[in-house]
Amino acid sequence: MALIELDLAHAYVPNPRSDDDYALLPLKMAFRDGGAYALLGPSGCGKTTMLNIISGLLVPSQGTVRFDGRDVTRDSPQRRNIAQVFQFPVIYDTMTVAQNLAFPLRNRKVPEAEIRQRVGRIAEMLELSGQLDHRAAGLSADQKQKISLGRGLVRSDVSAVLFDEPLTVIDPHLKWQLRRKLKQIHHELKLTLIYVTHDQVEALTFADEVVVMSRGRAVQKGAAEDLFERPAHTFVGHFIGSPGMNFLPAQAVRGGVLVNEQPLAFQEDRRLPEGPVKLGIRPEYLRMGQPGDGRSLPARVSRVQDIGTYFLLTCELGGHTLKSRLGAEAAPPSVGDTVHLRLLDAHTCFYRDEQLVEGTA
Amino acid sequence: MTNHKPVNQKAWWLVLPVILCVAFSAVLPLMTVVNYSVQDIISPQRRVFVGTEWFVMVMRDTELHLALWRQIQFSLAVLLIEIPLGIALALSMPAAGWRASVVLVIVALSLLIPWNVVGTIWQIFGRSDIGLLGHTLLKLGVDYSYTGNPQHAWWTVLIMDVWHWTPLVALLAYAGLRSIPDAYYQAARIDGASQWAVFRYIQLPKMRGVLMIAVLLRFMDSFMIYTEPFVLTGGGPGNATTFLSQYLTTKAVGQFDLGPAAAFSLIYFFIILLFCFVLYNWMQSLGTSDKEQGHA
Repeated sequence: MALIELDLAHAYVPNPRSDDDYALLPLKMAFRDGGAYALLGPSGCGKTTMLNIISGLLVPSQGTVRFDGRDVTRDSPQRRNIAQVFQFPVIYDTMTVAQNLAFPLRNRKVPEAEIRQRVGRIAEMLELSGQLDHRAAGLSADQKQKISLGRGLVRSDVSAVLFDEPLTVIDPHLKWQLRRKLKQIHHELKLTLIYVTHDQVEALTFADEVVVMSRGRAVQKGAAEDLFERPAHTFVGHFIGSPGMNFLPAQAVRGGVLVNEQPLAFQEDRRLPEGPVKLGIRPEYLRMGQPGDGRSLPARVSRVQDIGTYFLLTCELGGHTLKSRLGAEAAPPSVGDTVHLRLLDAHTCFYRDEQLVEGTA
Repeated sequence: MTNHKPVNQKAWWLVLPVILCVAFSAVLPLMTVVNYSVQDIISPQRRVFVGTEWFVMVMRDTELHLALWRQIQFSLAVLLIEIPLGIALALSMPAAGWRASVVLVIVALSLLIPWNVVGTIWQIFGRSDIGLLGHTLLKLGVDYSYTGNPQHAWWTVLIMDVWHWTPLVALLAYAGLRSIPDAYYQAARIDGASQWAVFRYIQLPKMRGVLMIAVLLRFMDSFMIYTEPFVLTGGGPGNATTFLSQYLTTKAVGQFDLGPAAAFSLIYFFIILLFCFVLYNWMQSLGTSDKEQGHA
């Protein structure tokens, strides 16, 4: 186990010139010993690159990787003592389930008694005990992935266990079960886990801390609540949540903002540097206001969807589309109605150059 | 026949072309051979049914026993050399880029040469007066002569076959290797597997399918080898390189003993079928028994 510190950048092409040449833009990041982390982002955002750099399958083109302060940038995965589970199940066809689980230990010349004990424990956790003597090749895809997970978890002394979208091939109902299992294993074994996914639910339920990545940049690192309440970057606002955050161009002025040329005033003590900003508010916080309350603007309802536990309103405001989640208790407005949307709220965030502007003095 | 689904009968029309093709290309010629094998045909008008007489005669032929024994030794040697060598070649070939293309073409070169040309190439190559191999060996003090020494002839035919056909095994194994996803190698690095373990537990099992094809192809082809030794040594010196095909041809074409030749053709056919069946089943069972490694 170790504290993992990254201070690096990576480009797959030699002599990168523009930001686009980088798979991973210069970043500094630390992963605490024993923490559960998730790297979240769309395909091609650099999360797998980052994972492979941590594991040592890839050497970053610049910068260093440190484990407990020791520079391991050029060390092999084996030297770093890293375990990694891949997107698609990797099993050794000719071996039994038990031999598969024991393989990383046997390669490290762990005493046979300890291997047996360790394999037994992991098999029990992953509910593979019944199949230990079966050949791994004949099992179903999710059983095979369980074996891959097991091989990742079987070593007790690893610096970290890395997961690269390990639940892609698993059935949805089993996904929940396995994710819970991983969480439980994390508590029991106290390993550092880093989990790559593009599924926000997976990331937010699994990890204590989520790193949101976009186009080679780690845009925010924080707990689920931070990502939801104070997205540090418009990408985070847009990517996390379903649907994502609403954004409206606005002009910051003294004591308020201009949206669509109409003044809105802050109720709470907030001061923004004047100039153009983006106003961001989550659909969950976009409520109905009163006309003339100084915080709301009229908008036309263009669509009402009944999602079961809530209504999803789509509204038009000066050429921009806003979404609002309304509780199912009140009757929703109908299409074509004019509603007053309360744009300013304690939850409203402001962005300049896509970065969060802290509005408080 | 009563059938409540007459629609199904139409399918026969779809299968008919295949049946006709197979009948004319395989079944009828084979039946002709069967026909010859049970009759003594003296002239088109006079033929006598002889039953299994030809079969019995052929089976008791000591010359044939020797040819069969030579053939088995030869095919075994071919498999034992070409399969491991082909795998080793495939493992050392570059995986991608222009080097891979160049190497692939070079490796495949010998497969593009017609069989009789291969024989001719080696005939010249091995001559001690003008051949590179023969002359070099002579200079090294080896009294090499593939036309005079039975041992030398046998080895020359074997090495010629290795030269000619190992690339096929290499290409098949190479295709098998390239189909292994990168994640397997990455996982093996993470698991701390040695190079030998990667070969034993990832590459070899993943190549099983193509290797099975390679073994069967090389077995069948080497068991039927004809052209190259015919051109190189003509079966000699003595009978040292007279393999089954050549023996058969001598019988059928040379001596026009169609009856025994037909009987032997059938036996030959069944021997190949039997060996392939045994090889196939043996390779199928390899690595599929539950506790084959004994330390579960």
